[in-house]
Amino acid sequence: MELFVQQVIAGISTGSIYACVALAVVMIYVAIGHLNFAQGEMAMFSTFIAWQLITWGVPYWVAFFLTIAISFVGGVIIERVIFKPLDNAPILSHVVMFIALLTIITSAAGFIWDFSIKTFPSPFGSAPLFGSSLISAHQAGMMAVTLLLLLALFFFFRYTRVGLALRASADNPVSARLVGIRVSWMIALGWGLATAIGAVAGMLVAPVVFLEPNMMLGILVYGFAGAVLGGLSSPGGAVLGGFLVGVIENLAGTFIPVIGGELKLTIALCIIVLVLVLKPGGLFGRATIQRV
Amino acid sequence: MSVNLEEAAEHPAVAADIETRPLGRDRMLKIVFGLLILVAALVLPFVTKSFFVFQVTMVMIYAIAILGLNLLTGFNGQFSLGHAAFYAIGAYTAAILMDKAEVSYVWTLPVAGIVCFVFGFLFGLPALRLEGIYLALATFALSVATPQILKLSPLEHWTGGVQGIVIMKPDAPFGLPLNQDQWLYFFTLIVTALMFWMAHNLLRSRTGRAMMAIRDNPIASRSMGVNNSLYKATTFGISATYTGIAGALGAIVVQFVAPDSFTVVLSIALLVGLVVGGVGWIPGAFFGGLFVLFVPNIAESISKGLSGAFYGLILMFLVFIMPTGVAGFIALIRHKILRRGA
Amino acid sequence: MTKLLEVKGLHAGYGQTKVLHGIDFSIEQGSVTTLLGANGAGKTTTLRALCGMIRRSGDVLLNGEQINRKQTEDIVRVGVAHVPDGRGTFTRQTVEENLQLGAMTRGDKAAIAQDMELVFSYFPILKERRTQQAGLLSGGEQQMLAVGRALMLRPKLMLLDEPSFGLAPMITREIFEIFRELNRKEKVSMLVVEQNAQIALDLADQAYLLETGRIVFSGRADDIRDDENLRKAYLGY
Repeated sequence: MELFVQQVIAGISTGSIYACVALAVVMIYVAIGHLNFAQGEMAMFSTFIAWQLITWGVPYWVAFFLTIAISFVGGVIIERVIFKPLDNAPILSHVVMFIALLTIITSAAGFIWDFSIKTFPSPFGSAPLFGSSLISAHQAGMMAVTLLLLLALFFFFRYTRVGLALRASADNPVSARLVGIRVSWMIALGWGLATAIGAVAGMLVAPVVFLEPNMMLGILVYGFAGAVLGGLSSPGGAVLGGFLVGVIENLAGTFIPVIGGELKLTIALCIIVLVLVLKPGGLFGRATIQRV
Repeated sequence: MSVNLEEAAEHPAVAADIETRPLGRDRMLKIVFGLLILVAALVLPFVTKSFFVFQVTMVMIYAIAILGLNLLTGFNGQFSLGHAAFYAIGAYTAAILMDKAEVSYVWTLPVAGIVCFVFGFLFGLPALRLEGIYLALATFALSVATPQILKLSPLEHWTGGVQGIVIMKPDAPFGLPLNQDQWLYFFTLIVTALMFWMAHNLLRSRTGRAMMAIRDNPIASRSMGVNNSLYKATTFGISATYTGIAGALGAIVVQFVAPDSFTVVLSIALLVGLVVGGVGWIPGAFFGGLFVLFVPNIAESISKGLSGAFYGLILMFLVFIMPTGVAGFIALIRHKILRRGA
Repeated sequence: MTKLLEVKGLHAGYGQTKVLHGIDFSIEQGSVTTLLGANGAGKTTTLRALCGMIRRSGDVLLNGEQINRKQTEDIVRVGVAHVPDGRGTFTRQTVEENLQLGAMTRGDKAAIAQDMELVFSYFPILKERRTQQAGLLSGGEQQMLAVGRALMLRPKLMLLDEPSFGLAPMITREIFEIFRELNRKEKVSMLVVEQNAQIALDLADQAYLLETGRIVFSGRADDIRDDENLRKAYLGY
């Protein structure tokens, strides 16, 4: 029983990583209706920017917020330069574009900062929280930031006009233009926000997994799993989904003998498929019913 | 009713609006091109280096795999980021049969095809409930899981674990005066021709029309009595068959299978090849194959450190100038030529 | 009477296909004008061209100001509300949010709240359903929501694209009754595109007949209604 509790708590603390990434995934999905396969790499690049700033002697929190701002602008620029001209191209062209973006960013990061792993500081310190060995101060801080971010997003989407305009643009772009919303800028805004959230996720994850160009590859998959589990259209669900994936992964790794460490990722993916098949809207996603 | 279906079957390909025009000149062009390609294909292994012959063989293998993906995506409207899994299953089937059971390489292909059909069909059943991006995710998951499953210790006796399996390159049969590379080239050429011919026929059959009807309007097709579920799962199976046979051929030609050759990177490469060649256009698979094999090398030759970046840039550039792939591009050129001629 | 909207030599189409071949018409301030014609005559295209949703050429003047070079978003900002075919519901947002979206370009919070109540007074059913996902409304309710959304702009001109499409005759009559009221009480000018000529002519002051991208007749709605030959030739009743 003690082992069980321990594993659940350990799962929650790794889950906070996934939750944060899942939030970024959902953000862009809500804004543009696509899953951005390059999201992990964009977050990695942002984290490198933060690392560079800190190495130059910029205080952590200044670097933190500066990176968020730079990432926001970067996301907007990527949308304007690469994806806006694509406009109505078929989904597959978008997917291929994401892949192209992914390889470019990874390659560029490796070129600029090389592929050796780097340590990234945590503002919360790595000491165990309250002397308990189950969860470190950093992990607790990460959870707090994730929840804070979620809360901020919730308010943004629910109670601000820009948030509503963003939702409307994703829901029905033609109609959104007809009520005077500048849809094309809303999409850019969505990119900016998603990139900024990705930056936060990257900076929070980096102290745990170390910084290197491929650091987000596996994590993004978990992030997708979390987002899908919670429902792609629901930020809150995504965060909860992220935590759940962390817990399930840990429990499966501990209690199912064959799985051990090797198949942890596979488990996460089986969850995705299972959820998709049984409940395509995710656990907390809004079921959208369409009249034919 | 069937007329509508037929029309639907004629029209969707990107290049189709020109194809349906009764112009003798166009037909002539087609025949001339066809003959040229045939002659080039027959002469090629005798006039080029062995390594290039190997490369072209790989292009054909990728073309078969991409064709499989195209049947699913281009003609049935289902996405997949998981075809590396079927490629892997095909490759391992061939390798294990040759390694453990000493089956002749020729017979591994149909077996790989059947095994992949079963796997594809079974995966296609749950996939029925998924659409668009969700299906892409589920197949992506399949693709990520595959290498890990191949490495599993209980399977190690068969799969060779991380080490994989090394197999022997076959010699040319009947005392033909060909070296191994040349023989494998011709063998692959024959298989490729066969696979493409079958795909062509499939798409003109009842099954093919049903597949496309489902892609164009699933509700309408169902209401016309097409069993959507059965056809979609079957298409998944057929698609997996193609990609699996390509995998088996790939294993024979490369003489080696290992889990890390079949990661999600391969799935992505196949998808990229599909889009570059042209979704819903059969010959596009060859252009896709060319891209998959050669463009990474080109990118590497531009800059070693930034090869990934250049690969990405080339890809972006292609998507921009040819949003519908080579298919759309060729349709455009033919359109211009025909117009001038008319 | 002053002219609210003036259209001169409007051409428009989709890609290579031309649909409108230079049409002229105008809308009086405070009036209801209807554009009638068969399927494919170019009615919907006209509305889309006015709103800048498709490529067009020719002059469009709203209160004497050229709007034919503006983008859709900016045409909305000068007070043209378009109720599109298919109703353009934001299906995943609630009914209330849909209405708020209609007032997206306005900044006056108090007045927006007031207008929301006004819309609810015309369409009480929307008030009942205000927290529901709009995609779940019936066709008639969605049409009401679309009109309500347009009203939230406090438009100078409302463009209505086949408001009767897909609705039961009783509901159609009800909605047209509300149009009449809106026109009289709220002084909203309207351009109504319709296939159901009878009901549109009852509502309208002025009418234009459109045939394959050209205006073939214009006049007072009453005149057309009373002219049996015209009715039989173009409207089929």
